[in-house]
Amino acid sequence: MPAIETIGLEKTYSVGYWRKRPKRALHPLNLAVEEGEIFGFLGPNGAGKTTTLKLLMGLVFPTGGTARILGMEVNDPRVKAQIGYLPEQPYFYDSLSANELLEYYAQISGVAPRERRPRVSAALAQVGMAESAHLQLRRFSKGMLQRVGIAQAILHEPRVIFLDEPMSGLDPIGRREVRDLIEGLKRQGRTVFFSTHILSDAEALCDRVAVVHKGELRGIGVIADLTSTVEARVEVVWQGDVPPDLRALTAECHVTGDMARAVVAEPQLDAAIDAVRRAGLRLVSVTPIRATLEDYFVQKLTPHEMAEARA
Amino acid sequence: MSPRVVYIASNTFREAVRDRVLYNLIAFALLMVGASVLVAQISIDIERNVVVNLGLTSVSIFGLIIAIFIGIGLVSKEIDKRTLYTILSRPVRRWEFILGKFGGLMATLVVNTFLMALGLFAALLYQSHHFQRADAYLLVVLYFIVLEFMVITALALLFSSFSSPLLAAVFTFALFIIGTFSEDLRNFAALAHGTTRWAAMGAAYIVPNFAALNVISSVAHDQAVAGSLVLYNTLYTLLYAGTAIAGAMLIFEHRNLK
Repeated sequence: MPAIETIGLEKTYSVGYWRKRPKRALHPLNLAVEEGEIFGFLGPNGAGKTTTLKLLMGLVFPTGGTARILGMEVNDPRVKAQIGYLPEQPYFYDSLSANELLEYYAQISGVAPRERRPRVSAALAQVGMAESAHLQLRRFSKGMLQRVGIAQAILHEPRVIFLDEPMSGLDPIGRREVRDLIEGLKRQGRTVFFSTHILSDAEALCDRVAVVHKGELRGIGVIADLTSTVEARVEVVWQGDVPPDLRALTAECHVTGDMARAVVAEPQLDAAIDAVRRAGLRLVSVTPIRATLEDYFVQKLTPHEMAEARA
Repeated sequence: MSPRVVYIASNTFREAVRDRVLYNLIAFALLMVGASVLVAQISIDIERNVVVNLGLTSVSIFGLIIAIFIGIGLVSKEIDKRTLYTILSRPVRRWEFILGKFGGLMATLVVNTFLMALGLFAALLYQSHHFQRADAYLLVVLYFIVLEFMVITALALLFSSFSSPLLAAVFTFALFIIGTFSEDLRNFAALAHGTTRWAAMGAAYIVPNFAALNVISSVAHDQAVAGSLVLYNTLYTLLYAGTAIAGAMLIFEHRNLK
């Protein structure tokens, strides 16, 4: 049984004030996330990531299809007791302290009264906020609020955790800590489903990823499998100017000081090296470039979407 | 009652209690009550009448402001700040959230009314140097004021469950004004003919009957309030506020939280 499963899940909103017209936020989405996985849900801003998460949380209602968590309908209260959710850019009751806020969340999550205090302290310690436990949230920075947001999502020890842009607002050290935290959750056997537009975060963490764009699923799988479909490229470095023959091969040529660098598709490597030699320049290095999720994502864009992204 | 409703209500109460705006309003209301004593000093023979009238009106108006302005933000603020998302992703049903919010604001209003009533009784004591039997009727007026807040809060919650805070404030305030003159609407219906009569009669029954809840002037003249009126007003408020809350729950149950 998958931890998360969507079958033809879709959402169309009505937009406009007088003359309503349909706007599809999510095309029929089919995906399954296994228990214990870290699953990345990737895409640029406005891709449909948050809509999908809201559908899974039962905050918006689907116009088609179904979603199940741990084999149950998403609005089943038994499911709600076993999931944790961090919304994008969370903001909490700023008159409360972190302790009071988490105590409140523990109450409405159904945590037994005797367990509340230890769970609150443990969750705050886990996100590195134990020392700010009694401080009012209005004094917190964006990064601190993000940590409290993560603490409330893991407080009741849920089996499946949904994080919407969990690294947003964090400095590099904070991001590293959240990455460690997510890995720790995986070690505890929990399923983590997180959305991000920062592809390097997904590469560092995820067992599998799904790529969405404009509400459509463009690809799903293990990162290595996805990136293996990207055309291999090679970096060529030499001393001197860029020969015209080489410039005709690729647009990616850069000159820094007396060194020049070009990135070419693997089949064009011989032609690129020949161009450098014909111009009598000294070849310095030839290095294969590992395909990244970003390359995969760019490959999945249509020419029209690429033009839009550049505009 | 579900314990989650109680938890949400206590949190709403705690939040309201920590809001500085609330203290400003209470302080201003107490100032008005205090000012009534000064006005009473230049009102020969009707000193008590002035203190009671001005004092109770202040309690009612400032409570009303709190009920409308906190009431309209109960749902929309939670959506804007996304705090609602972290609540509804837990085992909390949407109707529990609405009921908890309503309970929390009502608790806040009851405590505020109690504090302002203390101020009013202190003003009366200062003015007359002793309490009299008729002062006990003030408790009935205060009870009716709380009933009025209950209807206003339920309406604010109903309107804010489907419209923007500004529109919800306008709708609630408009209904308060029309409801205050509901007796006039009934009298107009009695004099009118045809469709106008039916439309006016329908409107008079739909809008809240705040006129029946306002007994300030008769109590200011030391008149007792009939026990039957207390019973009818209680039942009417429970029915009216209950219907409005049920409407808010129904709308909120099907609302997409974009």
